[in-house]
Amino acid sequence: MCSLCGVLGGRGHWTESTSTPEAFASRLDATNRRRERQTRTAIANRILKHYGLTLKDWGGSSYILSTKTGRTVIVDNLSEIWIAAEALTQGECDPLDEGLLADLGTGR
Amino acid sequence: MTQYETLIPINVITGFLGSGKTTVLSKLLRAPDMGETAVLINEFGEVGLDHQLIEHAEESTLLLENGCLCCAIRDDLKTSLRNLFSRCARGEIPQFRRVVIETSGLADPVPIAYTIMAEPVLQYHFRLGNIVTVVDAVNGMESLARYPESEKQAAIADRIVLSKTDLCEPGDEAALRAKLAEINGAAPIIDAVRTGLSGLDADTLLAHDIYTPEGKRAAIDAWLGEHDGGHDGGYEDAHAAHTSDVSSFCLWFDDALDWTAFGIWMTMLLNRHGDRVLRIKGMLNVEGVADPVLINGVQHVVHPPTHMTGWPDADRRSRIVFITRGISRERIEASLAAFNALANPAQSGRAGVAAE
Repeated sequence: MCSLCGVLGGRGHWTESTSTPEAFASRLDATNRRRERQTRTAIANRILKHYGLTLKDWGGSSYILSTKTGRTVIVDNLSEIWIAAEALTQGECDPLDEGLLADLGTGR
Repeated sequence: MTQYETLIPINVITGFLGSGKTTVLSKLLRAPDMGETAVLINEFGEVGLDHQLIEHAEESTLLLENGCLCCAIRDDLKTSLRNLFSRCARGEIPQFRRVVIETSGLADPVPIAYTIMAEPVLQYHFRLGNIVTVVDAVNGMESLARYPESEKQAAIADRIVLSKTDLCEPGDEAALRAKLAEINGAAPIIDAVRTGLSGLDADTLLAHDIYTPEGKRAAIDAWLGEHDGGHDGGYEDAHAAHTSDVSSFCLWFDDALDWTAFGIWMTMLLNRHGDRVLRIKGMLNVEGVADPVLINGVQHVVHPPTHMTGWPDADRRSRIVFITRGISRERIEASLAAFNALANPAQSGRAGVAAE
């Protein structure tokens, strides 16, 4: 249960290797939850930049997604990030979009 | 936290109207290992008949009151499963080790999967097991062509059972099998008639999946089937000949995949295209992980990843089966490679697709 809002939470998100340590045992020797979150935030920001958004880790428990004008949304996991990103931009965040892939390829 | 593998598996038996779901189910329930199975029946136009056929399971049978098990009424499923678990805990009904849900012929099984995986209480007691889809060999081809519900039921199946093959022409059966392979190349097709029905193996159909020690290797073999050679033959052939917009294909990646980048990519893909990405199944070589990581998703519903102990052979390539509606292999491949390259700048944009 979330200590802040009292909402019953589910099991950890499937993308977090620390939620299923039995599947990632050898990887977890060399990494930890906080480091994985840092990497996730860094890679996600490469993509979110295309949409004018930035992501920050918030206390190792949530993420803050922000627009350039300062609008922010707090999200818990990757699945929520994309829902919030589309709501903030009023557009589609499509990983198959050729414009996005071109940006990623050139590092813009 | 409860290990996912130890949760009570819930199998879904689905299939279009009149396909023979109940006949198959009633045979499977007679297997010795299926004795501790609770059955949930969704009645729709078959009132009474279904219940009569499986009345031997009445001790642990709950009949859902409404029609289809779709999003609008999944509260019923939630309530039924919670009640089932509570009654068992109170000793009012016998212990059970498995639940089988028989859907109505028009049902979309995905909301059932979602309810099991996402409901705050159920997810700590139950997990989704194999989805078994029964296809009628006489009318199946027409149902697949005319009814999206039927096509989707076949596309998301872990196992496909062909019924009534003794009533159709051999050529028709071959055409149906080709069509099913095109829609879902990763699901084994079992002929219910030639196995004599009573020969239907409950372990193979229901019990063995990637979350059981017995089922992991068999599941991988089924997913990848004839594609172990690194060529995409079966999927490619099916794709080239396809006549509908649902198709299955398999991607192979030479380089290890970065788990974080993969998670970002897949959540983004499912958020935007989850309605068209019907299944994803794969065995991944994840950077920094010695054993292969198995992934398994049904539209927006993704199982927690699991692993095999050791690789099945010397081949260390990642391989992922996609079943999509109207999304090409090339677009998926280019996108995943680009995302993976974000975490591995030393790699080229293409992660190396062996089949090409």
